[in-house]
Amino acid sequence: MGQVTNERSIVSYHRHAPASQPTRLYDAYKSTPKRNPHKPLIFLPHTLSETTGPVYGHDPIAETDNDLTRQHHGAPQGERIIVTGRVLDDNGRPVPNTLVEIWQANAAGRYVHQRDQHPAPLDPNFSGAGRTLTDETGAYRFVTIKPGRYPWFNHYNAWRPAHIHFSIFGRAFLSRLITQMYFPGDPLFDYDPVYQSVPDEKARQRMISKFDLETTQPQWALGFRFDIVLRGPEATPFEA
Amino acid sequence: MEFVPTPSQTAGPYLHIGLTRNHSKPCIASPQAKGERVWLKCFVLDGDGAGVNDSLVEIWQADGQGKYNHPDDRQAKTADPECYGFGRMAGGEDGGCEFETIKPGRVPGPGNTLQAPHLNVAVYARGILLHLYTRIYFAGDPANEQDPVLALVPKERRETLMAQPDPARPGGWRFDIRLTGEKETVFFDV
Ligand SMILES: [Fe+3]
Repeated sequence: MGQVTNERSIVSYHRHAPASQPTRLYDAYKSTPKRNPHKPLIFLPHTLSETTGPVYGHDPIAETDNDLTRQHHGAPQGERIIVTGRVLDDNGRPVPNTLVEIWQANAAGRYVHQRDQHPAPLDPNFSGAGRTLTDETGAYRFVTIKPGRYPWFNHYNAWRPAHIHFSIFGRAFLSRLITQMYFPGDPLFDYDPVYQSVPDEKARQRMISKFDLETTQPQWALGFRFDIVLRGPEATPFEA
Repeated sequence: MEFVPTPSQTAGPYLHIGLTRNHSKPCIASPQAKGERVWLKCFVLDGDGAGVNDSLVEIWQADGQGKYNHPDDRQAKTADPECYGFGRMAGGEDGGCEFETIKPGRVPGPGNTLQAPHLNVAVYARGILLHLYTRIYFAGDPANEQDPVLALVPKERRETLMAQPDPARPGGWRFDIRLTGEKETVFFDV
């Protein structure tokens, strides 16, 4: 194949396999029916509007943005952890220089947010927000504390498994992903409609990080690996 | 090894902590950007018509010449450095937020078509497990008649994709995102 020179050439991205993503209208998650379309979505061929997206670089990343344990004078309460992994596309190629943002509850399961009414203590040394850019190999790394589980009002005795919220941009507006990273072996998976909203079991397991002894640092912090896969193009857009 | 995209999950009610507490982007194009200035008020509304106070709206758009500020846009035009192209804001108590930008130019569509000026929108909130994609067009723009994407939408639903001019404010536009209900906004399967 020769070089693509047509300025109107349009790249298509892979579509999701339906069972690999959550069911939007998922009755067990009580707020879905009033907040999601009931009419069918309109199938959209990909155009430049979908296959381009914000390239990060206008907001500087501060030195402690990827270390949530060093954003205050003292150390936060809880189990210190290192969360690291790579952002890849679905062709297995690294996604370099892309923004990864996280937010989470503190070790007691409480968010620094005025609407969080869970009667667990706030931690003056923990805000729960982090951001970083992936490097040339798509790798990222955060230091934080393991978030606590917390109750919510979805149903009687509802509790969320421990999780860290992740937001990743990727190369295109359609590769945008907001997800949650879980921890291995959480007994709450079976009872959590957010986790269970993804029909395919193998797909659900892709949201669970792996304990990693190699990342773990002696006398200091446990390591967890969480690799993230974003949608990728069907063919390399512009082979030179 | 197979690479399958990681599942999406809801951004939840506390998305502000990570996404907008210090990193809102209400200005998509600076006052120096070339093009017609637009102040766009968006409201995210649920099936009862109530404002979604934990919503997040992200916008991605081309500059005034119809060029995206992105390496995969290979059109022979230089992107306007004053038009960053990206905005994001959380909804207030009434589900509303306001962006400042310019009206984008026309960008190529499938085949030899040209798309009408539009903004690309992603919507997030508690209760939304997989974010929703929609588009904002400008009511009354003659290019809407030839837009290849609007042509895919049943006629009676096209107006859900139209921002309406604010008669009280030159350059002011309003767009309602109705997540469901009788006048449900058109969302796209991308
Ligand atoms: Fe959460």
